[in-house]
Amino acid sequence: MDPSMSVLVIVHTESDGALATPALEAVNAARALAQQLATPFHVGLVGAVVEPAAAALGTCGAASFRAVAGDAFAQARYATDVAAAAGIATAVGADLVIVPGTSRALRTAGGLAQRLGGVADTHVVGVAASAGVVSITRWFYRQRIEGTMSRTARPWVIALETGTTPAWAGAPGAGGVEAVAVSVETRSAVTGVRAPSTGEQTVRPDADLLLVAGAGWTKKQADGQVHAEAAQSAILGFLRASKASLGGSKSLVDQSGEGQAVLPFMTHLNQVGQTGSSPRHRKGLATCCHGEEPHVIGWRFVTERRAVNLNANCGWAQGKADVVYVADAFAVMKKVNELLGA
Amino acid sequence: MEFHIVVCAGLVPDPLQTLEPVMGPAGPGLKNEALLPSVIDPWAAHALFEAAHLARARPGSKVWLVSLAPKAKLQQVLMVVAQKVPFDLVAVDGPANGFTDASACAAALADAIAAIPGLDRQKLLVFGGWESASRAAGTTLQMVGERLGITEQFQGVDAVTVGADGAFEVLERIEGGRHQVATCSGAPAVCGWATGSLHEPPNSPQVGMMNMRTLMPALQKARAASVPLAGAFGAAAVPSARRDTRVVKDMSPDAIAQEIVEWIRQ
Repeated sequence: MDPSMSVLVIVHTESDGALATPALEAVNAARALAQQLATPFHVGLVGAVVEPAAAALGTCGAASFRAVAGDAFAQARYATDVAAAAGIATAVGADLVIVPGTSRALRTAGGLAQRLGGVADTHVVGVAASAGVVSITRWFYRQRIEGTMSRTARPWVIALETGTTPAWAGAPGAGGVEAVAVSVETRSAVTGVRAPSTGEQTVRPDADLLLVAGAGWTKKQADGQVHAEAAQSAILGFLRASKASLGGSKSLVDQSGEGQAVLPFMTHLNQVGQTGSSPRHRKGLATCCHGEEPHVIGWRFVTERRAVNLNANCGWAQGKADVVYVADAFAVMKKVNELLGA
Repeated sequence: MEFHIVVCAGLVPDPLQTLEPVMGPAGPGLKNEALLPSVIDPWAAHALFEAAHLARARPGSKVWLVSLAPKAKLQQVLMVVAQKVPFDLVAVDGPANGFTDASACAAALADAIAAIPGLDRQKLLVFGGWESASRAAGTTLQMVGERLGITEQFQGVDAVTVGADGAFEVLERIEGGRHQVATCSGAPAVCGWATGSLHEPPNSPQVGMMNMRTLMPALQKARAASVPLAGAFGAAAVPSARRDTRVVKDMSPDAIAQEIVEWIRQ
């Protein structure tokens, strides 16, 4: 046990002052870590409005609530976010700083550690303390290798992957907030968010199902011809009928940028795998994709996996999918769409 | 307005290689690490192509490639990369291992950037990959920026559009396949790139010859950097995720479709 060690969790509030699930997960992880270390933990809040968040966490057991609030801190901007986080961490004298693995917090985790003269680890899927020694489990080589390690350097900024810890769920209470004064000068401004129009939205993180399209969709088929239009129709028809999220292999996405037979709706944002994303969906269906390791690591968090491939010895059949259907994906997906009423 | 663009790019194992961690007396590494074929880190490569594209559009701009990697491997990889786009190389001889410490790596890179002759800090754009395919932390560029005193930073960048006055608009990836749009009054700034929108340029022997004039001297002058492991490692392993796969060979497409639809609806 090390009662002199201080644990701080820093989270950003939403526009209404509430906390999103990743923030509540980080609070819970910090709380558990502090209990293991038999030391108090502190909560840092950053956003336009913070009082609702402090009230929601009123019974979480935090020793103090520190906040940097105001319009300047409403949006995710490096200069203001890193200054706010560093101000709170310095005020607390934090040794261990837990942040959620959101795009906003990840954007400043390294800079925060540098300002504090400490170190940082991201993509952490587990943090625990035993006999006063804090250790983490995190991904290396983009989800290909998992390692367990500890550090003696402090402060230590730890960014916790979302969905790896239960979210804090407790009764609200009175959370008195101490304001931390931060002075920031910046030359940048966040002007908005750009998203595809609803009809073109193919990346749907909340979808139950992930459909991954591989490069086979734009290769020559049994008749010696490329059927890009039929591929487009099958894929988009399936997305419309199932509301699935669309992923693609790197090779298929790259083709779209190289002027080959392409699926025009595929962009790098759809890319799943080592150089793309690792989305979290309950089910995943791979079509015309060989299931090589760089693709499959993007499936780390897809629970149920099925694949349609002409090759019975493809990567998916080597213990990477639950079911592999050896068949022509064009024929199968056409029928699937009929059954789904696409 | 012209820019001085410094691209930080390391080396990673070819993504198609099987990676097997091994624990040595000092900590983890990769089995046959020295023999694994390497490539320039994919997102950093995108940053390099975007830097060259931007420099071409802004006369008077210049691109440096700063790379912390084992010198011999760097020489091999650059034989290909040097044919893509023009740049001046600044080489730092050190490990490319994914288990090394980001802050030590950032210190070596920031020192190398600060020592570049003729670099104008007021025109400086530090580019690199948002996350490497080795350490995969997404923290190194932030630390490099902080060490250089640059507090305008953007990560997960897919586009930078520069206006006539040097101010730019930047698209950063956020959750849900969306982009956050931000503006910045100009250099200095740090941009950690995702994939951007440019595809890999074709090889150009002329560009290769031009780069070669500075490449070999830079490799010979490469300073050694000490980059320790990130901490005390208890384990490093490839997660065992082997499934008991059912391979279905004798079903008609219609029957397969029926089964898939039932599975989707469960």
